Amino acid sequence: MSWKDYIKEDMFPLFTCAGCTHGTVTNAFARVADELKLDKDKTVIVCAIGCAGRIPTFLDFPVLRVTHGRALAFATGIKLSHPEMKVVALMGDGDALAIGGNHFIHAARRNIDITAIVSRNEIYGMTGGQYAPTTPPGARATTAPYGMLEPAFDTCKMAAGAGATYVARTDAYHVQHLQRTLKTALQHKGFGVVEVLTSCPTQFGRRNKVADPAKMLERIKALTVTQAQAERMTPEELEGKFVIGEFVNTSRPELTEIYARAFAGMGV
Amino acid sequence: MSSQLIQGNEACAWGALKAGVKFCAGYPITPSTDVVELLAQELPKAGGRFIQMEDEIASMGAVLGASVMGEKAMTVTSGPGFDLMQENIAFGAMAQLPCVVVNVQRSGPSTGGATLPAQGDLIQAKYGTSGDSPRIVLYPNSVEEIYRMTIQAFNYAEQYMTPVILLMDEIIGHMRENVDLEGVGDVEIVSRRRTDVPPAEYRPYAADETGIPILMPFGSGYRYVVQGMHHDVNGMPNTGAANVDATIRQINGKIDRHKERIWLWEEKETEDADILLVAVGCVSRSALEAVRQARRQGLKVGLFRPITVWPFPEEPLARALAHARAVLVPEMNWGQLIHKVKEVKPDAVKAVGLNKYDGTLIMPEEILKVIEEVRA
Ligand SMILES: Cc1ncc(C[n+]2csc(CCOP(=O)(O)OP(=O)(O)O)c2C)c(N)n1
Ligand code: SF4
Repeated sequence: MSWKDYIKEDMFPLFTCAGCTHGTVTNAFARVADELKLDKDKTVIVCAIGCAGRIPTFLDFPVLRVTHGRALAFATGIKLSHPEMKVVALMGDGDALAIGGNHFIHAARRNIDITAIVSRNEIYGMTGGQYAPTTPPGARATTAPYGMLEPAFDTCKMAAGAGATYVARTDAYHVQHLQRTLKTALQHKGFGVVEVLTSCPTQFGRRNKVADPAKMLERIKALTVTQAQAERMTPEELEGKFVIGEFVNTSRPELTEIYARAFAGMGV
Repeated sequence: MSSQLIQGNEACAWGALKAGVKFCAGYPITPSTDVVELLAQELPKAGGRFIQMEDEIASMGAVLGASVMGEKAMTVTSGPGFDLMQENIAFGAMAQLPCVVVNVQRSGPSTGGATLPAQGDLIQAKYGTSGDSPRIVLYPNSVEEIYRMTIQAFNYAEQYMTPVILLMDEIIGHMRENVDLEGVGDVEIVSRRRTDVPPAEYRPYAADETGIPILMPFGSGYRYVVQGMHHDVNGMPNTGAANVDATIRQINGKIDRHKERIWLWEEKETEDADILLVAVGCVSRSALEAVRQARRQGLKVGLFRPITVWPFPEEPLARALAHARAVLVPEMNWGQLIHKVKEVKPDAVKAVGLNKYDGTLIMPEEILKVIEEVRA
């Protein structure tokens, strides 16, 4: 088997724009699935609405593509009713953190064994460039014609604060790091969050003078620093930067295991 | 066999367990909460799982997540919670995932009155979601019937691959009646169909002659996409006109085609009725008492009670109206059921509504009074 066996290439072409790095995340996921030899019939992919939410329908797994923001709610039903399944939710940042924010924090609190991969392109791509809760202050969006007036979410801090037991950030420029991070996350037991910085040249780039796909990647490269680099930087230098790496990798009782223990000996 | 005093809400939970429910996700809301409380207690013993989700949107999502795994799944709510569930109910209808949604109605709109009975969600149960999608809605009128109709709701959901709504009244949900659950007899339990076609040849959304797809549980070796976007026979996105047309025909047509098997209703003294009452749920019990009293006075009054509210039992009602001069529709809302009755009744038959929306039950005397007015 090769990583391509995890993708339904016969269903191509993809609908995505040239230079969209949501696809890089899906691609990395397929490669890691191959490395880990994920059982296609023991894994469920859950995704929802948005460009990030549509690409996973091309993965050769059972795929449940649900209503905008609700991937983790559906995933909870899958995992709790069938704890033997590996459940992976692939989401956009608006999907996971705006409309889906409530489900996100409660999945983290429950520490249910689901891997949540959030593709942070800092904009609403599919609907044409409105601001997301991740849009950097000052950046232009169709609904922020004078620049983004709100602060952006720190996804990793929120995930850690809510109780996720694996939290990491990576990006679509450092592809090796992306794959390594996804691999660790997929082997983690409990609620894991991987935020991936991605680029939307069409909707974010065009409005923010980085319409060129290569420039968008260079922007990601310039915005990201490793944890080691971050330690040597002042708070001012870190302003607007994204630290990549692992922030939480711990264990505490996982929800379906708690259920299993609580009800051991009960039922059929 | 012993009968015992059982609350309507309890009967719902026991019915679900009898039907084989294995998953329930819910969010507390009066007057429905007793159902999830009992399921939280009993489901683990039946090898199932209950979870209290963060809201009703999540509850409905989790239920459909369990359904895609092949499990019989349900949620329970009331007015404001039912509002929140609508988007995912539409998802279930579009993706053709079976599940049962119980709505123990309370007085609305909005928070309204948590413990006040009302019948305000009849139209919403069918038309609350965007787009055209089918809905099977059942409406029992006694504790025993709640038990049987909860089972029936699961059977229809599994058979027709769609969410089924069980509408209940606060009054009956919280009422106790003597019921012998075991004595209810051998109720048939239906589970969704399966196939053994090789995975390579499997087309989940290509319905056979029944018009109903066979969706194999995720994890059973059949890999496909389940989604709410217009999709082709493999579940892949497809918004081509012919495909969209076929999808809408399939999800609505499968209920239309089988409506005669889905219709459930009860008739009392309709054979010669020149005044026909049409009522559902708790109001139908007052209506039945009104029929008895009217008959004692020699009046030809009958009762037609839809149990299946959607698809509406049009032809059976049309037959029951054969001798009617007038049809009287008492309901605890501003006027909902009467719209459907007006669609069915011949022009010559006068339709009269009796609407009450003060959070109290319509009493037999109130119905008798309107019968008098109609006769005059
Ligand atoms: C309930 C609901 N509200 C709004 C929309 C419209 N909508 C579709 S995608 C989207 C935003 C997607 O943004 P994001 O999750 O960041 O994904 P991207 O397209 O950027 O990959 C919105 C608002 C919808 N489909 N459903
Ligand atoms: S609009 Fe943006 S997110 Fe959507 S496919 Fe194009 S580049 Fe990707």
